[in-house]
Amino acid sequence: MLNKSSAGFKFGFQILAIVAALIFTTVVMLLAKAPPLEAYKLIFTGSVGSIGKISDVIVAWIPLLLATSGLLLTFAAGLWNIGIEGQITLGAIFTTWALRLLQDTSMSPTLIILIGFLAGILGGMIWASLTGLLKIYGGVNEIFGGLGLNFVATALTIWLIFGPWKRPGVGSMSGTVPFDNLLWLPQVEGLRMSWWSLGIGLIGIAIVYLILQGTYFGLRLKAVGKNGRAAFVIGIPTGKYMMSAFFICGAFAGLAGATQVLAVYHRLIPAISSGYGFLGLMVAMLINYQALWAAPVALFFAALNIGSIQLPIVLKLDSTLSGVLQGALVLFVLMMDGVRRRLTAKKVK
Amino acid sequence: MKRLWLFASLLLVAALLLAACQPAAPAATEEPAAPAATDVPAAPAATDVPAAPVATDVPAPEEFIFGMLLVGPYNDHGYSQAHYEGGLYVEENLPGAKMIYIDKVNSADRPGTTPAQLAEDLLSKGAKLIIFNSDDMKDAAVEFAQAHPDVPTIHASGDSSWKDGVNYVEMPLFGNSFGRMEYGKMIAGCAAALTTKTGQVGYLGPLINDETRRLASSAYLGAKYCYENYAGKSAADLKFKVTWIGFWFNIPGFTSDPTQVADDFLNSGYDVVISGIDTTEGLVQAGKAKAAGKDAWAVPYDYVAACEESKDVCLGVPYFNWGPVYLKQAQAVKDGTFASYFEWLAPDWTDINNVDTSPVGFQKGAALSAEAATSLDAFIAELAGGLNLWTGPLNLQDGTAYLADGEVATDVQVWYLPQLLEGMEGQSVSAQ
Repeated sequence: MLNKSSAGFKFGFQILAIVAALIFTTVVMLLAKAPPLEAYKLIFTGSVGSIGKISDVIVAWIPLLLATSGLLLTFAAGLWNIGIEGQITLGAIFTTWALRLLQDTSMSPTLIILIGFLAGILGGMIWASLTGLLKIYGGVNEIFGGLGLNFVATALTIWLIFGPWKRPGVGSMSGTVPFDNLLWLPQVEGLRMSWWSLGIGLIGIAIVYLILQGTYFGLRLKAVGKNGRAAFVIGIPTGKYMMSAFFICGAFAGLAGATQVLAVYHRLIPAISSGYGFLGLMVAMLINYQALWAAPVALFFAALNIGSIQLPIVLKLDSTLSGVLQGALVLFVLMMDGVRRRLTAKKVK
Repeated sequence: MKRLWLFASLLLVAALLLAACQPAAPAATEEPAAPAATDVPAAPAATDVPAAPVATDVPAPEEFIFGMLLVGPYNDHGYSQAHYEGGLYVEENLPGAKMIYIDKVNSADRPGTTPAQLAEDLLSKGAKLIIFNSDDMKDAAVEFAQAHPDVPTIHASGDSSWKDGVNYVEMPLFGNSFGRMEYGKMIAGCAAALTTKTGQVGYLGPLINDETRRLASSAYLGAKYCYENYAGKSAADLKFKVTWIGFWFNIPGFTSDPTQVADDFLNSGYDVVISGIDTTEGLVQAGKAKAAGKDAWAVPYDYVAACEESKDVCLGVPYFNWGPVYLKQAQAVKDGTFASYFEWLAPDWTDINNVDTSPVGFQKGAALSAEAATSLDAFIAELAGGLNLWTGPLNLQDGTAYLADGEVATDVQVWYLPQLLEGMEGQSVSAQ
């Protein structure tokens, strides 16, 4: 018999959760009178069926991975950074701003792109710091502060697109004028992915992994997250640490926003965050905040997003079905985790 | 345990937010493979609807797949559905033709994707012709065509292949098709002017660009003409106001709510709402206002059977009939004769509602009085006879001269109308 607190026992519950999520999604599909096997097959071939598809998955993966990376730090500090959507958006706005200011100068495109990234990071950090300040000095829970700032960020985007940054003679939420190809992050020939953004994403998660696993800062951050009061008593300036977590997460979110502008849309659009912030929250919860799993699980989620585009084409199914699967996975994993804890707790008593 | 509750409640919050950000997907899952033609109830108009749900599986020797990207849901009772049914028409009339499509192609509904990327998905499913249906996809259509110069591509409503236009890009296999909806809008404006009791007509506008300015202005020209010449009133007494929502349809959180805009019109003395958007909120709200005892009428847009949603307030609908337009091009692709083109197609004046020949039509609605219908027919006959309302003297909204007395606008002048016309209320370009 398995020991109820063993790793194997835990793993078994996770497998159970994944199976349950699959069953749930399958039932949803059956209710929608859709062939589940065909649908899963389509999602699979639609995400890894060709080089082009794999490249598209990677394009979606990078911003999601960056968002998840940032969130791992705020989660470590015990913070629910729901405001990450707004932080991604502000990153995108700052990047667009920098590009607009510099695009007509004689500056080299490479330098402009670099400044665009830095501006994005700055934008994300500023927006995250607002949530942090509200939390630490204003006593406003970061969830509410973040939510509010998300709405402000969207409103700001829309105002910019319809106002100062509108296309000449046009008032549409389609977005700003696309940037010149020179200001696109260089893509792999014939594909949409860019080695540069891939590199940024991988380095990003590696940094977060190192911070959390290998530094004193990471250790203290986790102490703040596990028990802020105790951490404070033993001399950790909790406010400062929380603020740092917000700053770093904001930087990552801003970077994700910059990637969306420089490597995906090449302009500012209203839904520039593509929901990667919320999806990142789900990935982080699903992996139980373990940085090691962020890359593969984010990749899986990105693959679901891209692969599910096949559903409306072939089966006339709504592609939000992938969202059902993603949501079900998170729910069932959390639920199973809860069940497991209960069982374990009873055993201890 | 407390933590678990926190998890659960946050998930719920997150789910709600996600749901809020994913605008009401008109559950495509409800009717998986059924062609939309089946959900059009038999109506006076039904004879014009190519209703042949069985035709999707035509056994043909040679399969010809064409792909379509629709900006809204395929069953939106508006712009996208008109395209979708145009595609069905091609399937019926071109042996072996099979349509594949992706609907809701916009960054709010399909986050993280671009139309160019989705077009490649259609291409990889064997499409030999790609149709981008919306103005919103202009940049993406060009991007796609430049990346795939060997793939016949059509962008409906665009001007990228118009040599006289200001956005011309040379591409070998890229075409632009659009109907001269200016006529449909003039007829719509006329119907509104013949019906209004308050002399106030509201125009529910989508986003602001060349196309929407000229279409709103066409509705105004038609309204003004009929108000004077058929209703026998002074055009100066006609109020015509345009309120823009910011996109082709409602995207909660990003656009103004068209339901709200329509209600604002109906609550402030505007008794006819002409819709310029892809969906039917104007008609639906007018129906509700009428049910509440008010005088209210509406003119929807785009889709031949749009009136169905609220017949008793519908004056009629100017609509696109994409079937023959796309049939011609699909045939050309099949024959290997497809080449870059630009076409801006007038109605078939012998019968603007001929499903096989007229790219633009006007289907009269049940709420149009017999008297108004007679006048409207006379107006349509005048248009067919060569009446051109785009004739000077006409000033732009800010008073600058647009057309001198007797001057007839060129296609370029109409297409790129820089402002609304004098006498119209509403924004000409977006707010600063």
